[in-house]
Amino acid sequence: MASNSSGGGSSDRQRIARQRLSRIAGHLQRPADGSSAIVAAECKAHGSQADVPGEEKTVPRRRQEIMKWNGWGYSDSRFFFNKKGQAEFTGRRYRLSGLIIPGLKDWFESTFGASLQHKTPATPILNSSAVQPPTLNEAFVEELKSTGIPLSHDAEDRVFRAHGHCLHEIFALREGKFGRVPDMVVWPNCHNDVVKIVELACKHNVCLIPYGGGTSVSSALECPPEETRSIVSLDTSQMNRILWIDEKNLTAHVEAGIVGQDLERLLNESGYCTGHEPDSMEFSSLGGWVATRASGMKKNVYGNIEDLVVHVKMVTPQGVIEKSCQGPRMSTGPDVHHFIMGSEGTLGVVTEVTMKIRPMPEYQKYGSVVFPNFEQGVACLREVARQRCAPASIRLMDNEQFKFGHALKPQVSSIFTSFLDGLKKFYITKFKGFDPNRLCVATLLFEGDREKVLQHEKQVYDIAAKFGGLAAGEDNGQRGYMLTFVIAYLRDLGMDYYVIGESFETSVPWDRVLDICRNVKARIIRECKDKGVQFSPLSTCRVTQTYDAGACVYFYFAFNYRGLSDPVHVYEQVEHAAREEILANGGSLSHHHGVGKLRKEWMRDTISKVGMGMLKSVKDYVDPNNIFGNRNLL
Amino acid sequence: MSGSFRDPVVLRSDDEDLVDVLEERRHGSDLGFTFRTFSPPSCPAPSVSSSDLRQSVLDSLFLRHVAKEVAVETGSPLEMVMGDARSILEEMSQNLQLGFIRLMAFTLTKVFKKLFRSIFINMDGLNTLQQAVQENPVVLMPNHRSYVDFLIISYILFAFDLPVPVIAAGIPLAGMKIVGEILRRSGAFFIRRSIGSDKLYWAVLSEYVRTIIRKEFAPFEFYVEGLRSRTLKSLTPKLGMMHMVLEPFFKGEVFDITLVPISVSYDRVLEESLLAHELLGVPKPRESTAGLLKATRILQEDFGSMFVNFGCPLSVRSLCEGRIDRCRFNLRPRHVPQQPSADVQACVSWLAHLVVRLQEEGSVIGPWSLMCCQLLQNPVHVLTGDGLDWQQLSDGTVWSRRLAVDCGARLSWSGSVSDPDVMTSAAALHRSVVQRRRGRVYLLQGEEPERRRPIGSEDGVMRTAAAVLMLASYRNQALHVFVRPAMLAAALNVTRSRRREQLLGFFCFLQDVFSHEFIFVPGRSTQDFEEACFYLKKCGAVNIDDQEVTVPDSGLEVLSFLQKLLQPFIDSYQVVFRFFCEDGPQVFSEKQLLPAVRQFATKLILSGELHTYEALSSDTQKNVLSALRRLQAVTKLRASEQNEYKVNREAVRRTADVLAGKIPPQMLQATPDARL
Repeated sequence: MASNSSGGGSSDRQRIARQRLSRIAGHLQRPADGSSAIVAAECKAHGSQADVPGEEKTVPRRRQEIMKWNGWGYSDSRFFFNKKGQAEFTGRRYRLSGLIIPGLKDWFESTFGASLQHKTPATPILNSSAVQPPTLNEAFVEELKSTGIPLSHDAEDRVFRAHGHCLHEIFALREGKFGRVPDMVVWPNCHNDVVKIVELACKHNVCLIPYGGGTSVSSALECPPEETRSIVSLDTSQMNRILWIDEKNLTAHVEAGIVGQDLERLLNESGYCTGHEPDSMEFSSLGGWVATRASGMKKNVYGNIEDLVVHVKMVTPQGVIEKSCQGPRMSTGPDVHHFIMGSEGTLGVVTEVTMKIRPMPEYQKYGSVVFPNFEQGVACLREVARQRCAPASIRLMDNEQFKFGHALKPQVSSIFTSFLDGLKKFYITKFKGFDPNRLCVATLLFEGDREKVLQHEKQVYDIAAKFGGLAAGEDNGQRGYMLTFVIAYLRDLGMDYYVIGESFETSVPWDRVLDICRNVKARIIRECKDKGVQFSPLSTCRVTQTYDAGACVYFYFAFNYRGLSDPVHVYEQVEHAAREEILANGGSLSHHHGVGKLRKEWMRDTISKVGMGMLKSVKDYVDPNNIFGNRNLL
Repeated sequence: MSGSFRDPVVLRSDDEDLVDVLEERRHGSDLGFTFRTFSPPSCPAPSVSSSDLRQSVLDSLFLRHVAKEVAVETGSPLEMVMGDARSILEEMSQNLQLGFIRLMAFTLTKVFKKLFRSIFINMDGLNTLQQAVQENPVVLMPNHRSYVDFLIISYILFAFDLPVPVIAAGIPLAGMKIVGEILRRSGAFFIRRSIGSDKLYWAVLSEYVRTIIRKEFAPFEFYVEGLRSRTLKSLTPKLGMMHMVLEPFFKGEVFDITLVPISVSYDRVLEESLLAHELLGVPKPRESTAGLLKATRILQEDFGSMFVNFGCPLSVRSLCEGRIDRCRFNLRPRHVPQQPSADVQACVSWLAHLVVRLQEEGSVIGPWSLMCCQLLQNPVHVLTGDGLDWQQLSDGTVWSRRLAVDCGARLSWSGSVSDPDVMTSAAALHRSVVQRRRGRVYLLQGEEPERRRPIGSEDGVMRTAAAVLMLASYRNQALHVFVRPAMLAAALNVTRSRRREQLLGFFCFLQDVFSHEFIFVPGRSTQDFEEACFYLKKCGAVNIDDQEVTVPDSGLEVLSFLQKLLQPFIDSYQVVFRFFCEDGPQVFSEKQLLPAVRQFATKLILSGELHTYEALSSDTQKNVLSALRRLQAVTKLRASEQNEYKVNREAVRRTADVLAGKIPPQMLQATPDARL
């Protein structure tokens, strides 16, 4: 069962692990050197609150030590325009770190009509006195203290757990405004801690809001303003161990608070991976994935979270729910896992998950294909899906996003590279006659053994050629994926200069992909115009996942809000309209972001009145006193 | 609602915004014009050849789906059905070519210069259109008053460097030798008149139309009224084509569709006399090239000016906001045919009516129309006998001009010429109908086309009727301005009530009865009533408070004028009602009905009981039939093959009684279902 199994292989594996890490996620934090072995430890919450000495935690209890309180990601990593007006990315964590991005300023100014002269800096420090004093349930606090589970009423800790990363949430923080925040934060260390906390919460009628990675974009973490009880944020980040790995069945049993990058890193060290890589994997947690029905970039090989989960343990006010065995499929009535997956913290806390794991792939290769236009690109993706030969990841960016990605090219060091780039551009636009304002690019990621990857690559490129696609190199592909990791950092940069924006997603049948992309983008532009936005917005999309019967489409939307008195309200109106447009065009309410409170109003239309009744009755049984009172979903 | 309460405008030919298209042609070279560089701003999508268009229709999943169904139903092999579809498509298809547009432009320049003094268009409308064609698929929706309109839009768009449209036309035009082919290559595509239940034909046609809209390569032009109006009054819109045009928006295949109402108005319509005779039952001559050549003699005549007004582009998306639940199309593949749901039907009908109303509002009223309003206030025997005093006519016309402006009309009344001269010249233009002699005006009776039989009294009635109907049709051009206030005037007169509620009740009843006679946008009765109140108040004819509408003595002149304007319609309807209640058979077909009613009305005219000749118009008679069907006083027999109807005399009588003011309108609504 345990981890650091036999001899010489392990260092080899570790080397491969490192290689791979630096390939796909060179932008992810590298593990601290030294032993970060997998510990099959017993729950160690009792008595000492100290962490195991020597163990480097990616996510400390005091998140503010390494992360921004009013923006995305690590405090040391951010974009800024230097004195020469060139964009730079700070820190040492990412591929882009320390590099100059010469094209960004021009793109930024011409796309948004923004100017480096017009700044909107954020409030620099968190003013604790502006935070409401906590409403505490004394009896609950007393009993909880006696269990020894760490807790805090510190204003910073509470503010940190009062929000996700919706635009309005970050915008308010930048202005130093705080709404209702949790009254207390607790850090359970293991399943049993959670059981105790939930028992006490039920006993004292305290509202619990589970908190994993804090990357929600559905207002799921917002405290309901009407909640009068004491609100306790249950932060799972310290429950981050891999409890065992089962190499016979290829499963791992993991505590639900582990964040994606730790899970992959630790499994990689044993030669395994889950292959689950949502764009937020640096910070989002396993429990969060389960609670929102997350989807990973490489789902074509590994599956989405619902395909990966073998067994789940969740603590509810009625007790613990789990299945009695780990059979790979069961016919035992409706699958109770499906009450848990997507429950968005309304029913309980996911504490432990058994997940499928796979041996690490031997070989990975990025790639990219340029198409003369988006229509051809979508036709190609559809054909790839029809032939069921999608690579681990295949994404199609539209023309605007292609240009966006292009603007993020770091400064090239050699004249030769820039000469080559020029040549490539000449070949595509002049020789092949692609219109630079219409062409679009698909990015690809292949995984597997070398031979198969090469074979697979050829098959996909052959299909692409039928739709007028031209192979455009590994570099373009890799940069495409980088965009998804740095986009949230870029939003912070935009917000320094009057530009606000966000992304949202949907899933849609194949025959409507083109229509939904065109209509939603056009709707955004029209709504912005109607709402008095002075400059035409950035309205762009990409097809990020393919399925047999449809695709996932991801939209970016951002605009320059100079001259608007209430930009967030305008933003919300436009996003609302865009969602209406998505639904009117046959798109779903959400593919993987979830519903939270942001999209609740459409739930009834989405799943029907009876469907709502079913979910409500489950909630009523499992949590009759609404202990898990974040009011998401229903 | 957009555009419904536009500021009243008096158009003057010296208006900066109005441009005479012919002006430049009279000075420049026609060949130069024909062969100039034509570089319109591009439509949203690249151009599509007519064969590619045909192919994508044939390849469409929708057509295949229907073809399979037809194959199963008829038992014929699929290839054969597809073959049929291909030949339908070949018969239908346009073949737009720039060379032929140039030919068309050359020919039309020659013809128009002969026929018209000027062709005025509003430049601001054209400028907004120029913007619109670059954004979304554009649907040009002109009214149809004369064969001359057919290519006028294409002509103007060519002249102003805008993309030339694809035009829906009736199949008879295609049958014309050479001309048919020229029209086809100028962008016309041809639709059979009676499609009936030919499923395959419907499928090909609707997919063809939708493909044109979806591909966005050229504007699409069609007549929402369905056919040429014989009465110069707007026709109740036909919804079939409208459905096809709008469906790509409902199903999300295009982001938006822009509708452009276009109003074409004439000082004098080329076919004026033919139209009047058609209304009296003389069949229209078949469209043929020989006929066209024969008609060239009219090139010698003067038809005054033509006005083409490009209305404000309408966004279907904004208009449908909240009216259509587009999610309903989510659960079926979009190529699988689906009966339009009630909300879709209502929305399409509403939009179509709205466009026709906007066409009305955009149309230009000339002095002659107002003169006809005045002329028809007098009994016909006066006009044909002693004549009308010219001074009285011109005073009345000037008086009604004010009223028209107050009611929001767009007039074309030259400011640089004195009023008497304007009217003199208008009368001169129409010397085929009226004659001015020794300070009096007389109605001229049409020459008898066939003199085989001795002239009987009934023939005399017909000759007079033809002349009256010609006057009436020019009056009709102005009627849309007056109809709402006139209905309120009628309500005041018939009900003798002053209470708003009661007046509104009668007003709504009139809208029901006249639903096919005039254009009322569905669901706007109350606003229409308010609009009528507003205009009557504005011109001082009534005083209005929360509860009551009172008439000051000074308002009687206006009310009487308006009421007399509507009277011929009320009288004609009563005649038809009377026919049904007294004479008519219980079951009849439309073919039998028209001559029978005409005979009945003729008798009444001869006996002096009926004063309006408009009761003889087949158009009015058909409208009464439609209204009665709507009121469920007449029902169509299901089993019947020849459109047979059954009359519920009791219901007809009640309708007649309400119209006469004998019983209040509520009684009518309370009647049990007339079909029982």
